[in-house]
Amino acid sequence: MAITVTVQAAEQIKKKLAARAQTTAQSGLRIGVKGGGCSGLSYVIEFADAPRAHDRVIEVDGVKVYVDPKSAIYLDGTVFDFETKLLQSGFVFKNPKVKSACGCGESFTPAV
Amino acid sequence: MDSPLLDIVEPGATPTKEKCPVSPAVGIDLGTTNSLMAWVQGGKPRCLADVDEGSAMLPSVVSYAEGEVLVGQAARRRALEFPHQTISSVKRFMGRAPNEVPPEIRKLYRLAEGDSGVARFYLKDRDTSPVEVSAEILRALKSRAESTLGPITQAVITVPAYFDDAQRQATKDAGRLAGLEVLRLLNEPTAAALAYGLDKGSQGTFAVYDLGGGTFDISILKLIEGVFEVKAVGGDTQLGGDDFDLALAGPQMDAAQKSGPHAVQQLLQEARAVKEVLSDLPEARLQGRLVTRDELEAAITPLVEKTLGSVRRALKDAALKPQDVDGVILVGGSTRVPLVRRKVADLFGKEPLADIDPDQVVALGAAVQADLLTAENAREDVLLLDVLPLSLGLETYGGIVEKIIHRNTTVPNSAAQTFTTYADGQTALDVHVVQGERELVADCRSLARFVLRGIPPLPAGFARIDITFAVDQNALLSVTAREQLTGISQTVEIKPSHGLTDEEVERVLLSSFEHAESDLEARTLLSERVEAGRILQAAQKQLVANGDLLEPSERQAIESNIAALTLATKSDDAGTIHLAIEALDHSSSDFARRVMERGLQRAMGGHRASEFA
Ligand SMILES: Nc1ncnc2c1ncn2[C@@H]1O[C@H](COP(=O)(O)OP(=O)(O)O)[C@@H](O)[C@H]1O
Ligand SMILES: [Mg+2]
Repeated sequence: MAITVTVQAAEQIKKKLAARAQTTAQSGLRIGVKGGGCSGLSYVIEFADAPRAHDRVIEVDGVKVYVDPKSAIYLDGTVFDFETKLLQSGFVFKNPKVKSACGCGESFTPAV
Repeated sequence: MDSPLLDIVEPGATPTKEKCPVSPAVGIDLGTTNSLMAWVQGGKPRCLADVDEGSAMLPSVVSYAEGEVLVGQAARRRALEFPHQTISSVKRFMGRAPNEVPPEIRKLYRLAEGDSGVARFYLKDRDTSPVEVSAEILRALKSRAESTLGPITQAVITVPAYFDDAQRQATKDAGRLAGLEVLRLLNEPTAAALAYGLDKGSQGTFAVYDLGGGTFDISILKLIEGVFEVKAVGGDTQLGGDDFDLALAGPQMDAAQKSGPHAVQQLLQEARAVKEVLSDLPEARLQGRLVTRDELEAAITPLVEKTLGSVRRALKDAALKPQDVDGVILVGGSTRVPLVRRKVADLFGKEPLADIDPDQVVALGAAVQADLLTAENAREDVLLLDVLPLSLGLETYGGIVEKIIHRNTTVPNSAAQTFTTYADGQTALDVHVVQGERELVADCRSLARFVLRGIPPLPAGFARIDITFAVDQNALLSVTAREQLTGISQTVEIKPSHGLTDEEVERVLLSSFEHAESDLEARTLLSERVEAGRILQAAQKQLVANGDLLEPSERQAIESNIAALTLATKSDDAGTIHLAIEALDHSSSDFARRVMERGLQRAMGGHRASEFA
């Protein structure tokens, strides 16, 4: 399995990168997980102006998405998408490994 | 599982999520007759309104119907029809063996002694314990509050000041069983004082007179510059408005008993209603018999006098005269009885305070305490000193009690005393911990017994054994015995002989998983409904504002999904609602994108968003 970045997500990332002054040809998006939150882990979505050593790079539509190796384990099988709903729009991790999340949904416990 | 919708942030700017947004710690008045929940909002305690059929009070009645558990008014209504599946006044049974409950109450139930001497109720299709029944009440309060406050995990629960160790432990167990972390058990009168003290910034000596449905408490408190000190407590665990009902119904009781438990319950419920009416009117009819307020007063005078006896004793304990008391706080529904007010006013020589609703004041104070215990910047200036309701001691030679910590000592507290052996070469000491005011062990309540072994064989009277009693802020006790020469020691956390054992608690916890699931289902259903409401509102708003962006066929699809979702919200199945939400989301996603683009275009002064991509 792998991590999938959808075309919709890539399109939005491209727009957001374009709107930033610091953006260069190397710039992309970093997705990952980090410790914290009441259920153990929470998601990270940050701009990244250069890759780090050992990063995995996913390219979709010319957009670079960087994932560190540890996060890649937790995100294996995840679809990274962008959704527009009537109430809200934003990026979403569709992660089959997450079996439970806390009340606010932002932190989660992966199933091992 | 999907994450919520997220946005991109600059490198390193991902917020650290320490905790989820927490809902407040609540205060719970777990009453014999009525239970209430309160919390602090914007610095003010308030009761959760509309807990049960429009009232803030949840009758402490639990009824086990086929496949469901009813709590509150619904349960009370079933009491008459299904007396053997309905439990009222469960607080009377907390931490008690059947023979410790007044016979009038006891005979309303089919009881069995549980594994540890504690009463168990035999119902039609199951048997259950007072702790489990109380947990149902707490769970009902909790789940009804959660629809307003979000998940509730921490609580301060109040107990009568007179509750002993076993009763306190049972109350804590009930909290735990209901999925609550019990931050603290707080004496009810202390809670009332806290509600008054913080609201009014009073100073001086106060008496809190709490006459509820099942218990009477009197506390003498001193309030100095925001510091509360409880000077003395007293009362009676077996005296309250229920006894007024019994007294009023007295002349008709024999006949009712002949007709069985149904008739008794019916008579008692009507007696209560008539008694309450007589607080306002001079006369009323009880099952056809005309009763006057004078008659009620004559019937309950001995009971009211009994409470005044406790008041005098408490005043004496605090070395005060009635006139030294600056104010009297009335708590509990039964203080609405005019005779009670008159008698209390006479004794103290002043009109009592009742500006805070006597039904709510305990819950409000508990909420204040819960807030103090959890607030980030906990106010250090409000220090609450509670006192021990009953003396704690040891059995010494000849069955005499040696008190180690005296009643009315402030807690937390610890005290030690040195004991010795009474026989030559004695290598073991039997430590028997008792609670009560009497001198003979036989007249006190036995709390625990253990044996300290390994004492070096010495002539009688030479060994030195320090025995330390430590009482925590919940008035729960641990006892340590330590031999001075060898340092061997042994500690017991008092496992009250009338509480549930840990294994019993585990067992009921396990059996309550069934509940946990239905609780979770209820919560999921609720949140799906809320989400459905939000999305329906948004969809309708966008149809009006931006409906021109839609082809007729698209509009039709969205409208039919709106109709379907509206219908689905009436269903009790979270899954059905969820699917309908997804269907509406799906059919409206193109529309949502166009609405967003139009918004962007307007924001950028008419340029197409794609020009900036
Ligand atoms: N207006 C009234 N007149 C007399 N008694 C009342 C009145 N209102 C409530 N009560 C009595 O108050 C008692 C309940 O008081 P409450 O403080 O809720 O009890 P508890 O603390 O035991 O749960 C009941 O016996 C009820 O009949
Ligand atoms: Mg009460």
